[in-house]
Amino acid sequence: MATRFDQIMSRRGEIMRRALGMDYSKFERSPIAFDYEGMMGDHGYSLDDIKRIQTEAGVGDTPLLELRNITDLARSMSAAGMGARIFVKDEAANLAGAFKDRRASVSIHVAKEKGYEGVIAATSGNYGAAVSSQAARYGLKCIICQETFDSRHIGQPEIIEKSRICEAYGAEVIQMTVGPELFFHMVELLDQTGYFAASLYSSFGVSGIETLGLEIANEMRALTGAPPTVCMITHAGGGNTTGTARGLKRAGATETQIVSASVDLSGLHMASDHDFNRKSFTTGHTGFGVPFATWPDRADVPRNAARPLRYIDRYLTVTQGEVFYITEAMSKLEGLERGPAGNTAMTAAVSLARELPREATLVVQETEYTGAGKHHWAQLNFAREMGVEVRLGDPAENKPGTVIVIPERPEQIQAKDFDLDRMRRSYIRNAVKAAPADYEPSAADIEFLAADTNIDTETAARLVREVKEA
Amino acid sequence: MSDQERCKAGDWVEVESILLEPADRSKNLPPDTAAQPLRMWVKGFAQADAVVGEELTVQTVTGRIVGGALSEINPGYFHTFGKPIPELVHVGTDLRERLAAYRAGKAGV
Repeated sequence: MATRFDQIMSRRGEIMRRALGMDYSKFERSPIAFDYEGMMGDHGYSLDDIKRIQTEAGVGDTPLLELRNITDLARSMSAAGMGARIFVKDEAANLAGAFKDRRASVSIHVAKEKGYEGVIAATSGNYGAAVSSQAARYGLKCIICQETFDSRHIGQPEIIEKSRICEAYGAEVIQMTVGPELFFHMVELLDQTGYFAASLYSSFGVSGIETLGLEIANEMRALTGAPPTVCMITHAGGGNTTGTARGLKRAGATETQIVSASVDLSGLHMASDHDFNRKSFTTGHTGFGVPFATWPDRADVPRNAARPLRYIDRYLTVTQGEVFYITEAMSKLEGLERGPAGNTAMTAAVSLARELPREATLVVQETEYTGAGKHHWAQLNFAREMGVEVRLGDPAENKPGTVIVIPERPEQIQAKDFDLDRMRRSYIRNAVKAAPADYEPSAADIEFLAADTNIDTETAARLVREVKEA
Repeated sequence: MSDQERCKAGDWVEVESILLEPADRSKNLPPDTAAQPLRMWVKGFAQADAVVGEELTVQTVTGRIVGGALSEINPGYFHTFGKPIPELVHVGTDLRERLAAYRAGKAGV
């Protein structure tokens, strides 16, 4: 007999179509390919329109700060002539404290325009705060579904804080135990309420991030005469990378290298009740970064607008202990006390700056708010309570869920390259496997897969052949 | 019975319920999660007097009516920063000294 879970999930397509106010089927071109740019442009808003929507919503135009002390710290560890100038876009200055406000502002605008009574999002992160805050401004009802507790009713302090802030903005927060069925309940609630699905992965949300790339390109031109050499992006579900990179390109910053960074959480299972409270990070980690890049369409929309492999030039990982160290350093050296997850790209930047010449510029494109619970001290104290060892040493000995190693010296901070070709192969395998077994990919499919992974068509064709033969 | 264990109609409370029993959950779960029910906590205004543990319906801030066992009355938040982290307390002074040394032309350690 079909369970309640199966019944709702079998109606998911129909429920989401109504809840998104958008029919994704018109973009489908084959069992593999779809019209990505057509989907992104379907809302009809130009970048200027989005800028106007966000200005009205109190979002964007955050300060771009040069970090002279962090730059000199990197230079103190670099060879002669090396050590890029490091800047940060202080996205914590947005209304609800993160770049996620850019995403939420467009979704809420659309929900309001289309006449929905309320919005629903499934998120344990800053996006919940952003949606709640924007919904409050526009008088919409708001439900946030959160994965909050393990089976013992214990929650990471950072997620508990997210529950609090969403309620502070007037949202109904549904707290749940560990499990991907969070999305099942969201779909059930969308069906029950008729509210708008403020998905993180719709074209509305991801378009909202493009203004961040645009601001960075223009502000760096004004400050230094050119767009940044490198834009460093904390990477989780892929929206941040996709939106920022698209915005940079639309602003003409086609030479800027896109470098994404995640906290390495390898070895931890994202749906495990046991591992849930031993992650010490709620986002910006490989537990989202790798699966969403290698199969974006696992998201809660039929086609994910966040397709980071299209844009990433290099993907770096850093350890938990390294990020906590740099979070402390940002407070003490730059007077910027910000949340740890948002400092993931900053940590990778301190490492990467040493490889770049002094003339190079490196923009870390976000920070996030901090406070009780959502703070590196709270996370480390909680890790200890959960039985995770915290000690000083060589970050190479960091083992997620078991030991967090705080560097003894900044030289020990060394971001590691993640093999992008492996991710591209994995994406192509997933895309081919999602099509019927007897489906033969066409030339147009190969072109789509090449664009979706930023490789040439010959390589894409070879990878498809390898998957088919395996 | 103390006031902390009994709510009155109209009080701000939290109710707990089971959303999915283990048998009804997604088939794609690691064993430790699959063995547990999916539980849910929702806050709202109590629609009747009740004792902690008793079944009750609440009206949430969006106006939905949700049932469950009364789990808390006037639920609060008590998360904090906690104590300073001994492994991090020297980072500020160490790095400021390092910068001063670098800028004085005595680069490196």
